[in-house]
Amino acid sequence: MPQEYRQILKYADTPGYTRDIDCYLRHGGYQVLRKALELPAKALPDGKSASGPEQIRDQVKLSGLRGRGGAGFSCGLKWSFVDRRSGKPIYLICNADESEPGTFKDKQIIHKDPHQMIEGMIISCYANDVHLAYIYIRGEFMEGARILNQALQEARDRNFLGRNILGKGYDLEIHVHRGAGAYICGEETGLIESLEGKRAYPRIKPPYFPAVLGLYMCPTIVNNVETLCAVKHVVDLGPAEYAKLGTPNNTGTRIVSLSGQVKRPGYYEVEVGKVTLRDLIFDPVFGGGLREGRQLKAIIPGGSSSKVFKAGEKFKLKRKGPDGKDVEQELDVLDLPYDFDSLIAAGSMSGSGAIIVLDDSADIVKALANLAEFYAHESCGQCTPCREGSLWMSKALHRLSHGQGRKIDADYLLKIADNIPGGRTICAFGEACSWPVQSFVTKFKDEFAARGAQDEERRSAVGATK
Amino acid sequence: MKPDTVSPTKPSGTPAESAAGGATAPPAGESPHNTQPIPSSLREQPDFSVPPEMTAALDELIGHYPKKRSASLMLLHAVQERYGYVSRQAVEWIAARLELAPINVYELVTFYPMFQRERTGKFHLRICRTLSCALGGSYELHEHFCSKLGLDAHGHGAQTTRDGKFTVEFVECLASCGTAPVMMCNDAFYEGVSTAKADEILEKCK
Ligand SMILES: Cc1cc2nc3c(=O)[nH]c(=O)nc-3n(C[C@H](O)[C@H](O)[C@H](O)COP(=O)(O)O)c2cc1C
Ligand code: SF4
Ligand code: FES
Repeated sequence: MPQEYRQILKYADTPGYTRDIDCYLRHGGYQVLRKALELPAKALPDGKSASGPEQIRDQVKLSGLRGRGGAGFSCGLKWSFVDRRSGKPIYLICNADESEPGTFKDKQIIHKDPHQMIEGMIISCYANDVHLAYIYIRGEFMEGARILNQALQEARDRNFLGRNILGKGYDLEIHVHRGAGAYICGEETGLIESLEGKRAYPRIKPPYFPAVLGLYMCPTIVNNVETLCAVKHVVDLGPAEYAKLGTPNNTGTRIVSLSGQVKRPGYYEVEVGKVTLRDLIFDPVFGGGLREGRQLKAIIPGGSSSKVFKAGEKFKLKRKGPDGKDVEQELDVLDLPYDFDSLIAAGSMSGSGAIIVLDDSADIVKALANLAEFYAHESCGQCTPCREGSLWMSKALHRLSHGQGRKIDADYLLKIADNIPGGRTICAFGEACSWPVQSFVTKFKDEFAARGAQDEERRSAVGATK
Repeated sequence: MKPDTVSPTKPSGTPAESAAGGATAPPAGESPHNTQPIPSSLREQPDFSVPPEMTAALDELIGHYPKKRSASLMLLHAVQERYGYVSRQAVEWIAARLELAPINVYELVTFYPMFQRERTGKFHLRICRTLSCALGGSYELHEHFCSKLGLDAHGHGAQTTRDGKFTVEFVECLASCGTAPVMMCNDAFYEGVSTAKADEILEKCK
């Protein structure tokens, strides 16, 4: 029986649970921080010793925790890249920009359990010798920013933040910084520029890897809200216990945002890889299936930037058989386990954990036109292929969805989309805006081509009668 | 928070001359960093001034950052919340406060969609137009508001009613896609907005 496994959202929706610090403390809040701060140095076999913070960094690495913001990169590995010898301060930024279309999970944490996120942040800061950290929250979350400011103040009042935290000699300050409506602020280097008070123009890597040259050209860690919450649970359970949740290389839980044409859209926390796309869309405890009489048409599996799946698609995946050996298995798209690796193997990604479902009433051309308009609006404009390409794709799709298409539009769209990503742009937005177009147009080529052909025929018929 | 009226708002408090470096905007060209007037599409707000208590609050925000420039978005938000939009004088005041050239602040106003260069309506309706909401009927919702308020649903950008009471605008994903269609009225989110609920929201906008 597939079911939810609520770890981060354990209390969030239980009646009577409130977001103030007293309620959080009654539910064991800030005990893990205390545990983290009290970790004694440990002697290592080679005669050296590991400090508390070093041990926490090790735990996070061993837990297998992967980032929940989009790329699914190992959190421990990311932390290990931080330049700790530069003599410069190290900063940590919590990415609460939540701007990938389809995603609405961080908002639940911020609104319902802000202290959990703050505790995760403090532990992560302690582990990385950070003394000043920021929460970058999207501008539209005005209420969210107020909630976080209040929670931070409560934490300061109880000495979980500020000077000499819990008498353990560790100082940390956290401030809330508000964005102002630009999607690209979710991209970590764009976010850093924005936090420096500039336009959110992403920086080119190399050399501007945040771990080395981030905020104010100092080493910087950018982690998603949910990732930082997970850190708390890693330290609470220990890495081995944590890694028992989920599946190998896809450990822990993650909060899936489910939207579009399903009966029960919403957010569901699950063990990574323990449920399939079919479970999430059709099972009564999750999406509950499609509306009466509808057939599944397409699934956007990991936020609007991920490549679309077509209903009925089949994939050959290598999986571990019962004897532990790799066996190749053919899977229907609906039987893909919802994890990082399977979706990548199937040519897409689980990205920000946001699934958008389209049934057969959806106009696939219009759906893509909608997304293309988003990307055309949100390109920061630094790179010509991205700035121009996203606009051309949007214009072509607008024509195509408004009866003004051409036969060649499908190929035209692919040609543009193929020429944006792959190292031609400064940031991954280039990929993000091309993937939907590449996948929609390739997988639903008939519909795109037919639309253009119809439009041309109609126009020539009108022309002929003139 | 929007100003209560759409006629030019008088800031509360005294037109300030604070000891901490002049709360009123320096005339263009006088700040040491400002050698050129900005190529401004911004509105004039000749009576712009920042009362001392607000200056103090803003200075507190500036103190959150090792570099003053970082505070520019937060200052722009604060000014917009008070006056409803960002004027040329506001940009120059913020620039002076952060020891920047006005262009450094102006370029933010033109980059970030949330900053308004025009006075918006007393009630700012932001309707999400991105995919999940579009599937849930946000285009119909937008159309409904526009027709009720006598606005052009197909006009470019934000549309404001003649009486300055309402601004209707399409925005991108508001991170509440599970309860489509989603909108905001000023700071408040409304989810699963049917046309009936839309009418209720309008009713409450007094
Ligand atoms: C165009 C673009 C938009 C992004 N938007 C977000 C976002 O809204 N929230 C987020 O956490 N990460 C976003 N990311 C990913 C971040 O760049 C970064 O990888 C992430 O915050 C790292 O956190 P994690 O390692 O905890 O996942 C975005 C990336 C790109 C390329
Ligand atoms: S790829 Fe697009 S969004 Fe990214 S830096 Fe270039 S223009 Fe900006
Ligand atoms: S698509 Fe409307 S809130 Fe996300």
